[in-house]
Amino acid sequence: MSLQVVNLRVFYQTLRGDVHALDGATFSIADGEIMGLAGESGCGKTTLGYSLIHLTLPKKFVDGWVKLDGENLPIGDTDRMEAFRFKKVSIIPQYAMSAMNPTRKIGKMTSELLESRKVRFNDILPELKRRLDLVKLPQDVLGMYPIELSGGMKQRMVMVLSTLLNPSLLIADEVTSALDVSTQQAVSEMLVEFRDHEFVKSMIVITHDISILYQIADSILVMYAGKPAEKASTTTIINSPLHPYTRLLISSLPKVGVKYSSQRLSGIPGNPPLLLDPPAGCRFRSRCPAAFAKCSQEPPFVEVKKGHYVACWKERGIYA
Amino acid sequence: MIKAAASLPTSVKKKNEFLYFAFKNTKLRVGLGILLFFLVLMFVGPQLTEYEPTDFVGPSGVPPSTDYWFGTTSFGEDVFTQFVYGLPATFMVGIIGGGLATILGMTIGFIAGYRGGVVDEVLNILTNVILTIPALALLLVLSAYVKVRGIFIESLFIGFTTWPWAARAIRAQTFTLRTRDFVDLAKLSGRSSLKIVFTEIAPNMASYLFMTFILMFGGAILTAATLDFLGLGPTQGTSLGLMMNMAVLWSALPLGMWWWFVPPGIGITAIVGGLYIMNVGLDEVFNPKLREM
Amino acid sequence: MRRYFGRKLLIYILTFFIAVTVDWMIPRFMPGNPITILISRAGLRGNAVSEMYTYYLDAFGLDLPIWKQYLSFWAAILQGDLGTSIYLFPTPVKDVILRAVPYDLALLIPSTLLSWWAGNKFGAYAARSKKLDNTLLPLGYILTATPYMWLGILLAWVFAIVLGIFPVAGGFGFDLQPDLSWRFIGSLVHHWFLPFASLFIVQFGGWAIGMRNLIIYELESDYSHYLEALGAPRKLVRRYAFRNAMLPQLTGLALSLGAVVAGALATEVVFGYPGIGYLILQAINNEDYFLIQGCFLFVVIGVLLANFIIDVAYLIVDPRTRTGMQGGAG
Repeated sequence: MSLQVVNLRVFYQTLRGDVHALDGATFSIADGEIMGLAGESGCGKTTLGYSLIHLTLPKKFVDGWVKLDGENLPIGDTDRMEAFRFKKVSIIPQYAMSAMNPTRKIGKMTSELLESRKVRFNDILPELKRRLDLVKLPQDVLGMYPIELSGGMKQRMVMVLSTLLNPSLLIADEVTSALDVSTQQAVSEMLVEFRDHEFVKSMIVITHDISILYQIADSILVMYAGKPAEKASTTTIINSPLHPYTRLLISSLPKVGVKYSSQRLSGIPGNPPLLLDPPAGCRFRSRCPAAFAKCSQEPPFVEVKKGHYVACWKERGIYA
Repeated sequence: MIKAAASLPTSVKKKNEFLYFAFKNTKLRVGLGILLFFLVLMFVGPQLTEYEPTDFVGPSGVPPSTDYWFGTTSFGEDVFTQFVYGLPATFMVGIIGGGLATILGMTIGFIAGYRGGVVDEVLNILTNVILTIPALALLLVLSAYVKVRGIFIESLFIGFTTWPWAARAIRAQTFTLRTRDFVDLAKLSGRSSLKIVFTEIAPNMASYLFMTFILMFGGAILTAATLDFLGLGPTQGTSLGLMMNMAVLWSALPLGMWWWFVPPGIGITAIVGGLYIMNVGLDEVFNPKLREM
Repeated sequence: MRRYFGRKLLIYILTFFIAVTVDWMIPRFMPGNPITILISRAGLRGNAVSEMYTYYLDAFGLDLPIWKQYLSFWAAILQGDLGTSIYLFPTPVKDVILRAVPYDLALLIPSTLLSWWAGNKFGAYAARSKKLDNTLLPLGYILTATPYMWLGILLAWVFAIVLGIFPVAGGFGFDLQPDLSWRFIGSLVHHWFLPFASLFIVQFGGWAIGMRNLIIYELESDYSHYLEALGAPRKLVRRYAFRNAMLPQLTGLALSLGAVVAGALATEVVFGYPGIGYLILQAINNEDYFLIQGCFLFVVIGVLLANFIIDVAYLIVDPRTRTGMQGGAG
């Protein structure tokens, strides 16, 4: 198993108390697998992503453990994580457009970063150039300032940089959110290429846009209110989801060819619960069309079919 | 990120939130406290003393005692009385001078920031020119030729020479706000530029404008104190800067009459320092990201 | 880069122009016949009166049309003729000023540069050490709120009067004659120290606070977070933050020149230090309008020069200005 996460809980410290942003995530990712991490804003997906590489205040590690390639990942200990960052675990941040120092030439910044991580720049330069070609960036970007690049170019540069040392795990946080649709396509395909060229072993793609995941993810983990709701292969999630939330999520997607006049787009009424003092029982209860008495107890995240996990009392399907 | 439940309308929540943090913020409390202390002293002080600032009250050059709380000057005047009567000058110059500078800065800053283009370039050049000419040098020269001066004239001088600082800051903020959607919306609905500036942009910058005013307030007090010290302040009345001027002029230093020059300096430093600290506190209140955990 | 300097140059020329014009206009604001006022104030008698009258008439060119007076003023300035001092008659104004300039430079340059550098360093430390921050912050605010002359008075009182370590007034010992002896130089430094310290301390507070805030801002930026996420050591992140925070500090340096000049003027008065500030005050008290005019002009030119130097420095520090990407220190 490339990545194993068991009962990971990360809370946010605030003046009014702890916010249960991530409350018990358990899943694993195999080598070469691209797992999508989907859900509404505030469901905990970004918290999960960042916890695996850079857990700083106001986030605090509360419970659980993580193993990467069989080795324990000390995410609660910032100093010990240094050895893993960039080399074993890497991230393409949501703010990739502004992730590079504006007053430093890109090549200089890259070399200083690498040297500070005890990697000789000259050794890795040929590989760096190859990758720039792969993402169709001219090699003279190394001599330019970030401000001279377009948004898409900066994104690609950050993608190259983050994966330069071939990490085992890459976390891609909303990398397509700020782009236009055709660029989204290009960037998501690039992610797959990185995996195919074995620049990264496994990937977590965080997004609220399930259509992207449909294109590139092998499996999808759907989260709701800080807890995992359902995890399965992409085809299963899209075509035959079991969790009511997933079903509503998928059905709320616009389908090509369907006109507004014939079928209205349905959303999910209501709001996710406040995580400062989370409600007892299933957190989706208040918005769930299939809620019943047992939902006042929290359903466990169980494997109902091979590789298919659900956290719902109606795990055999809501029409069972 | 975590969404907050919206049980109250956002604007009411925001105001309550501000007040909540405002009361909890130490810096704001300390700064405001200092300011209020001196304001109260300014009003109450004259009641506490039976003298006038230039009265001859007793032996000259005596250190503080129960009779003369801040001691007396070389002329036998009561230092405490002078101090208390000098406070109004300080506050007035701060408010009038600082206020004028802020208003001028707002006018120029808003126009330059909102209009952009040639108007901005021209105003920018004007601002930079006045910024470059050292205000005090200009004030010295002007004061030398205007023989009879009052607090009002002094405030005018200060307001007219220190506004560039405010103008720059406000212009920069206006630039960032001007490109926001709600301004475009207002433009589309046919609002006039003046109205847009006053009803859309200014309210969003209200906290920033207030903080700018506080900085101008403090700056005006310092500049006035320096002018007074150089003998170029108001030709009548008393002020803290003038006290320091008199002290140095009449050999308080070699004679070791520290009670003559220490209190006015403490007064100015405390008031201006209080204002600055208050400003930092306000920044934290208005800017949630700065609040400490 | 040309555009960058082009704009700057325009501003400098305009400022100089306006300064000279203001300078020229001022004596003409005096009510009444300026010459008789000048003469009566100078308290001259007998032959001196008529001589001075013709001199002044000539100097002011009051018999010429206004525009000619203006042009002749410019002509004089460009030839370096600033007239003759009344208070120190017959010394030319230019000479009086030039005698005072070295004292100002000795005061302003070290205090400004050192306080800027030390303040920046301290501010950077404070940004990452909670302990230092808690002491530095209030101290810094108190220092910026301190009027220059008051700190000068305090220092003079404590170190010169009470402790007697330093002299309280003058540029050098009153019993000495200027020469290149060690004794004289020692006396110069001795007299220089307290005014220098006064200017240094006040400015230091401001720079330290500014830098601390800027560094905190930089450390919270996206590029800092990205570097940290990729495991860059704190030293690298701090180095980038420092370098980036220096830019607005450099701009701030240019903007603070006006205030520093003011502070220097006040400090010189406290210590009787023979710089231009002290000179201006003497000129004002003695109603030597030529001297006032000359001093004002000199101060403006000095500030313009300093601005120019800082603009060049900004060009060096911010590589983006060279490629024409960004504005400058103005």
